Amino acid sequence: MQKFSALSLLRGAVSGHANWQRQWRSPDPKAEYDVVIVGGGGHGLATAFYLAEEHGITNVAVIERGWLGGGNTGRNTTIIRSNYLFDESQRLYEHALKLWEGLSQSLNYNVMYSPRGVLMLAHNVHDVQSFKRHVHANRLNGIDNEWLDPQQCKEFCPPLNVGGAMRYPILGGALQRRGGTARHDAVAWGYARAADVRGVDIIENCEVTGVRRSVNGAVEGVETSRGFIRSRKVGVVAAGNTSNIMDMAGVRLPLESFPLQALVSEPVKSAFPCVVMSNTIHAYISQSDKGEMVIGAGTDAYTSYTQRGGLHIVNHTLDAICELVPAFRRLRMLRNWGGIVDVTPDRSPIVAKTPVSGLYVNCGWGTGGFKATPGSGEVFASTIAKDEPNKINAPFTIERFRDGAVIDEAAAAAVAH
Amino acid sequence: MLLINCPYCGPRPEAEFANGGQAHIARPADPMSLTDDEWAAYLYMRDNTKGLHHERWRHANGCGRFFNASRDTTTDVIKRTYRMGERPEAEHQGAKP
Repeated sequence: MQKFSALSLLRGAVSGHANWQRQWRSPDPKAEYDVVIVGGGGHGLATAFYLAEEHGITNVAVIERGWLGGGNTGRNTTIIRSNYLFDESQRLYEHALKLWEGLSQSLNYNVMYSPRGVLMLAHNVHDVQSFKRHVHANRLNGIDNEWLDPQQCKEFCPPLNVGGAMRYPILGGALQRRGGTARHDAVAWGYARAADVRGVDIIENCEVTGVRRSVNGAVEGVETSRGFIRSRKVGVVAAGNTSNIMDMAGVRLPLESFPLQALVSEPVKSAFPCVVMSNTIHAYISQSDKGEMVIGAGTDAYTSYTQRGGLHIVNHTLDAICELVPAFRRLRMLRNWGGIVDVTPDRSPIVAKTPVSGLYVNCGWGTGGFKATPGSGEVFASTIAKDEPNKINAPFTIERFRDGAVIDEAAAAAVAH
Repeated sequence: MLLINCPYCGPRPEAEFANGGQAHIARPADPMSLTDDEWAAYLYMRDNTKGLHHERWRHANGCGRFFNASRDTTTDVIKRTYRMGERPEAEHQGAKP
């Protein structure tokens, strides 16, 4: 593997960028692997990387129906934060945030993690109380989160409209300074490149069509559009399509798949210094390094696999953004798109073993999985390697719904997050 | 935005409706006799069908009534809407109506 450094970039520049190598191989699938990962998004690739890096399991295949990072990894608004309410969630997302901080170095790939601060706005008394509760809960766990009054919000993010006539005035906000954004494609590519060099086979354009189980019920491998691939351990990380893959193995999950939309504006000069989120009015906005305003909208009301949503959902978000940041009223929008997110009843993920021996699942990240990519991959790799959950993901089982041990971030946030 | 044919009022824009999730889930007649697994399945497990899906809608900003729709989740085309108490048509019945 070519190592990236200032010197190698300089060398590449003076040689006309003609000598860059491919970042990962494009191998034919082998007949058998120790572990097969279904789904080549950020979480799946991260799982493969940590299997090789931390557990020495390198005979691994990542099988992807389309192309790497072409699903939700390349479609989200790249927000990173760990200021969740419940201890279990805080441990999981904070684990991920700590990994983000050193990720570019561990992968030797610039994922452009930018801790520019995530400001979550409060618009009514309930929001204020709820966010202050979050702030206290986070500080008890040593996670940074602080309360800002409206004036402090304005100082931190000058384009915000505070004090103006608004349907939903800004009454304050919770700020996590270590939160921010990263470059989503680079996360997929960086993990793919680092996994590939450790021996992981990344197999694109290969659709899983069945999960084969032996007479005693254990997993034997997966049927794919490129033939049968034998493996005694299969990890499913297929986001919105997880239900369908798990159906092939006869496992039913508490998941529903919804379209979630995002859009970007035309690129403009640096005009927005941080990430602003508003759950109450469904507005999520930050500025990319290219200058586009990256805007997240809400989910549609109905389940779907179309990877597109209704325009009224986007309109609703843009209405809110125009009130929050009046200067953006004349921005033109360039592109909008949708991704299919798999949502659990408590809005917390499932990272767990399944009732089928050798079958593992990492799903249910809903509308906010990108931020967890490194942590999710790390704990899932550990779960697969040791055939038992890691301390951090132990609460995120399928059985929690039966046992009443839900981790109810849905109620904590009251809306999609 | 979907155009939804309310069986009582005719075609109206989606904004007038509220989605009620998967249709034809009957509340267990005797909840106390269920195991924890069965109760969790009733409360939380859904089909999440890729293809023809039967779901409830309520004409919240119209007649206020519930009805069912059969929609293809790969195209979002609504094949048919029908009143509560009716069954999905035979050719529309998926694995689990």
